[in-house]
Amino acid sequence: MIRDLLSVVPILSLITFLPAIGAGMILLTRAFARAEDAPRIAVNARYLALFTSMATLVLSVGLVLAFDAGETGFQFVEEAEWLGAGVAYRMGVDGISVLFVLLSAFLTPLCVLASWRSIEERVAEYMIAFLLLETLMIGVFCALDLILFYLFFEGGLIPMFLIIGIWGGANRVYAAFKFFLYTLLGSLLMLVAIIAMYIYSGTVLPEGPTMDIAALQSVAFPEGLQFWLWLAFFASFAVKLPMWPVHTWLPDAHVEAPTAGSVILAGVLLKMGGYGLLRFSLPMFPDASAFFAPMVFALSVIAIVYTSLVAFRQEDIKKLIAYSSVAHMGFVTIGIFSMTEQGVQGAIFQMLSHGVISGALFLCVGVVYDRMHTREIAFYGGLVNRMPVYAIIFMLFTMGNVGLPGTSGFIGEFLTMLGAFQVNTWVAAGAALGVILSAVYALTLYRRVVFGEITNEKLNAIDDVTTLETVYFAPLVIATIVLGVYPSIVTDMTAASVNFLLDNVAFALASGS
Amino acid sequence: MDVATLLGDLRLAAPELTLAGGAMALLMVGVLFGERLQIIASVALALAVTLGAGLALASSSAFGEDGGANLFAFAATGLASLIAFLGARPAGPINGAAASFLVAAGALAIIPAPEGVEAAFNGAFAVDGLSSFAKVVIALSGAASLVMAARYLVGERLAKFEFSVLVMLAVMGMLMMVSARDLIALYIGLEMQSLALYVLAAFNRDSVRASEAGLKYFVLGALSSGLLLYGSSLIYGFTGSTQFVEIAAAVGEEPSIGLLFGLVFLMCGVAFKISAAPFHMWTPDVYEGAPTPVTALFSAAPKMAAMVLFARALYEPFPEIAADWRQIIMALAALSMAVGSFGALAQRNIKRLMAYSSIGNMGFALVALSAGTREGLEGLLIYMTIYLVSTTGIFACILAMRRREGMVEKIEDLAGLSRSHPGLAVAMTMLLFSVAGIPPLAGFFGKFFAFLPAAEAGLWPLVIFAVVMSVVSAFYYLRLIRLMWFDQPAQPLVAAPRELGFIAGLSAFAMFPLFIAPFVAAPGRALVETAAGALF
Repeated sequence: MIRDLLSVVPILSLITFLPAIGAGMILLTRAFARAEDAPRIAVNARYLALFTSMATLVLSVGLVLAFDAGETGFQFVEEAEWLGAGVAYRMGVDGISVLFVLLSAFLTPLCVLASWRSIEERVAEYMIAFLLLETLMIGVFCALDLILFYLFFEGGLIPMFLIIGIWGGANRVYAAFKFFLYTLLGSLLMLVAIIAMYIYSGTVLPEGPTMDIAALQSVAFPEGLQFWLWLAFFASFAVKLPMWPVHTWLPDAHVEAPTAGSVILAGVLLKMGGYGLLRFSLPMFPDASAFFAPMVFALSVIAIVYTSLVAFRQEDIKKLIAYSSVAHMGFVTIGIFSMTEQGVQGAIFQMLSHGVISGALFLCVGVVYDRMHTREIAFYGGLVNRMPVYAIIFMLFTMGNVGLPGTSGFIGEFLTMLGAFQVNTWVAAGAALGVILSAVYALTLYRRVVFGEITNEKLNAIDDVTTLETVYFAPLVIATIVLGVYPSIVTDMTAASVNFLLDNVAFALASGS
Repeated sequence: MDVATLLGDLRLAAPELTLAGGAMALLMVGVLFGERLQIIASVALALAVTLGAGLALASSSAFGEDGGANLFAFAATGLASLIAFLGARPAGPINGAAASFLVAAGALAIIPAPEGVEAAFNGAFAVDGLSSFAKVVIALSGAASLVMAARYLVGERLAKFEFSVLVMLAVMGMLMMVSARDLIALYIGLEMQSLALYVLAAFNRDSVRASEAGLKYFVLGALSSGLLLYGSSLIYGFTGSTQFVEIAAAVGEEPSIGLLFGLVFLMCGVAFKISAAPFHMWTPDVYEGAPTPVTALFSAAPKMAAMVLFARALYEPFPEIAADWRQIIMALAALSMAVGSFGALAQRNIKRLMAYSSIGNMGFALVALSAGTREGLEGLLIYMTIYLVSTTGIFACILAMRRREGMVEKIEDLAGLSRSHPGLAVAMTMLLFSVAGIPPLAGFFGKFFAFLPAAEAGLWPLVIFAVVMSVVSAFYYLRLIRLMWFDQPAQPLVAAPRELGFIAGLSAFAMFPLFIAPFVAAPGRALVETAAGALF
C-alpha cells in the first residue's frame, strides 16, 4: 500500500531535498528579520530544523517500508534531463543504500535535539548548515549518476567545514582545514577517475559516454585501467573512511567539532567511504579489487590493532572514541574485501551499527562536556554516584562499542570476521585481536570516567541526564538493542542486493582470468 | 567595394560602432555641456540607444517570428539598460549613459549575421556564434564594472566622465578582439583595448601606486605588443597573408621554422594579455596599484576577450600544426596553475591575492584550450563565463570593504564579516567555494568541463597536475572564508552600497542553483556548443 502511495511522487528527490527546503525557510526568516528579533529567530530555526528533519525521517521510514527487499536492482528510480551527453539526474536505491538513507534521516533530528541547548551562537546558520548537510548526505546514497554522486559527496565538505570551523573548539581552524584539504585531495583524484570512466564508457557503449552508475556497472573495464581507477577511488574513500595511514584528520576533526558535528561525522560521513567501496570499487573494478584485497587487509589489520593501541593512550574522551572509529572502520574494509556474503553483509551491518553506537558515544561525551566544558578523562571519575541513568546509557553504548553479544556491535564484527575467516585466517585473527583491544580501551575509559569515588569536587554538583537528553538517547538505545537481538531486519533488506553484487563480481573474476 | 556591401559590413559591426559612436558622443557631452544639459543629453542618448538596440534585437531573426519572445527581448534590453543606468548613475549621468550603451552593445551582439555570412570587411571581421557569445558576456561584464565603479569613484573623488568613456573604448577594443580574423584586426583590437586600460590603471593620477601600476602596465604591455607584432610579421612573411583563412591554407603539414617562430612570438604576446605564467609578472603589481573597480574590470572582460582571441588565432589559422602549439599551451597552463596557486598562498593584500587567483584560473582555462578540440573550446567558454561571473561578484564584495576612513584591502579586514554583514559574507563564501571548484557550485562544473576535453585528448598528467593545483588553490580561498566566519570581527565596515550587494548577490545566486538547473544548464550548453561550432 505504501508502495503505491510513494510511487506517485518522486520520493527520493523529496527525501533528499526536503531538508534543503527547510534550510531555505530558515534562511528566509533570518534574512527578513531585524536585529532585535534574534532570540525569536533562534527558536524558529530550532523548530523548523526539527520539523523538517522529522518529516524527512517519516518519509524515509516510509521508503524503507515500501522497499521490496526481494528485488536486486535499483528501486524508486527517477531520471530527468540534466547536463546532457550522458550526464543526467538519476536517483534510485537498492538494498545496499536504502538503510543508509534511513540512518542519515535518523541521526539528523537527534543532532538537532542535541544542539537544542548547547548551541546558542548563530543558531539559524547552524541549523541551515545541518539541514544542507542532511540533503547532501542523503543525496550521496540516492545518486545513480557519477556526477550527481560526486556533487553530493564533495558538497558535504562545505557545511561540515563551516560547522567545525564556526562552532568548534579551540583548535577548530586547524582541524577544519585539515579535514577539508585531506578530503578534497582524495575526492579530486576520484574526479579524475570518474572522467576516465566516462571517456572509456564512450568507447564501448553504443549510446556513447555515460555517467549512469547502473550502466557503468555493466562495463568491463580493461584490467590495466581498472588498477588506476581503483587506486583513485580508493584514495578518496580511504581518506573518507578513514583508513590507516590517512586517518589523521579524523581525531582532530572530532575533537574540535561540536557534539552534533561529531555524531554526523562518525555516524554518516565516514560511511560514505564504505558505501563508495561497495558501490564502485567492488562491482566496477572486480579484478583490481581482488588484486588489491591483500593490501586492504594489511592496512585494515594495522588500523585495527594500531589505532586500538593509540586509543588506549588517549587523555581526551572524544579523541579516544575517534580512534576507536578508525579501528571499527577497519572491520568494514575487511568485510567488504573478503568478498563473501557474510563479510559484505557484516560490513554493511557494522557501518549501520557503528553509525548508531559511535553517534551515541559522542552524544554521551556531549552530555558531560555541556556540563563541565572539558573532555579530559582525568577530570572525571565517579560519575555513577551523581548520574546513575547516564551511567547505564553510557554502559550500554560502551558495550556496543566493545561488541558484546546482544548489542548491534557484536553482529557486525562477528559477521565480518566470519567472512574474513573464509578468505584468510590471519586477517580474522588480527581482527579478533582488535576486538580484545577494543574491550581494553573502552572499558578502561568507562571505568575512569564513571566508576570509583568522586575525587574532583567540581563534579559534586553535576546533574543526571535531562528529559531532552533522555529523549534523544532513547531511540539510539532501542536501535542498538533491536539490531543486536534481531539483526535479520537489516540482513533481510540487504541480502538480495549483496548476493547480486557478489555474483556479478564472481562472474567478472571468473570470466576475466 | 560598393556601398551596399559597406553598409552590410557596418551593420555587422553594430556593437562596436555603437560603442565608438557612444564614446565620442558622451565625450562631447562631457566636454561641452554644463551639468544640467549633461543630464538631459545623457538620458536622451541612453534612451535612444536602448530603444534602437531593443527594436533591432526584437525585429531581428534571433527570436524568429515568435511575438512573445520578441517582446520579451525588447523588455529585457530595456530593463537591463535601466538597471545599468541607475546603478552607474551615482558617478554622474554620463557614467549611467555609458552603462546603457554597453548593455545596448551586448543586445546588438545577439543579432545573428544573415544566413551564409560569416565575416565582414573582406573576411577580417568574424561575425559568428563565438563572437556573439563572447561579445554579450564582455559587454555585460563591462556594464557591471561601471556599476561597481560608481560609488567608489565618488568616494575617492575620481568621478570624472572620462572614466566611463575609457571603459567604453576598452570594451570596444575587446569586441574587436573576439571578432578578429586577421592579424591586423587582431592587433588593432588588442591595442585599442590596451591603451584604454593603461590609462584606466593610472586613473587615480595623484596616487603614486596607481601611476606606477599604469606605467608598469604600459611598458610591459608595449613589450608584449612588440612581441606580438614581430610574430605577426614573421607569420605574414612566411605565409604571405594576414588573414586567418589564407594562413591556414598556406601552413600545410610541414610548417617552416620561421612560421613556428612567428607563432611562438604571437602566443607570447597574447599570453601577456591573459597574464599566463611566465608572462604574469605585471599582474600582481597592476592589480594592487590600480583603483579597485579598474582591477575588477581587468580581471573579468579583458580575460574573456583575450582567451577567445587566443582560441581563434590558434584554431583558425593553425589547425594543421595543433600538435605544436598545444605543447606551448600545456606549458603555459601548468606554469600558470603553479604560479597562481602557490603565489597566492602568501598574499596579504586581497587585490594581489585576486591577481594570483586570476593567473591560476587562466591556467585552468588553458587546460581546456590545450585539448585542441571542439570540446576544448566549449570547456574554455564555460570555464571563462563562470569565472567571469564569480570574479565580478567577488570584486563587488571587495569594493564593499570600506570603513569610515576609506577603502581597506588587507585580507585581515574581512575578519568577522559574517557577523557585521551576513548577506555579503554568504555571497562571498559561495563565490569563493565556487572559484575553488567545490560542488555543487558552478565553479565545479567549469573545472569539470575544462578538464574533461583535456582528458579526452589524453593529457592525463596535465589533468592530474591541475587537480592537485586545485587543492593548493582551495587553501587560500578557504583562508578568506575562515577570516569571514571563524575569526573575531575586525573593525566593522560601513554598510555596502545597494548596487554592490545586488551584483554580489546576483552572481552568488548564479553560482548556486542556476548552473545546475536543467532549464539553464541545457540551453546554456547548447549556446556554448553553437559558439564553439563557429571554429569547426
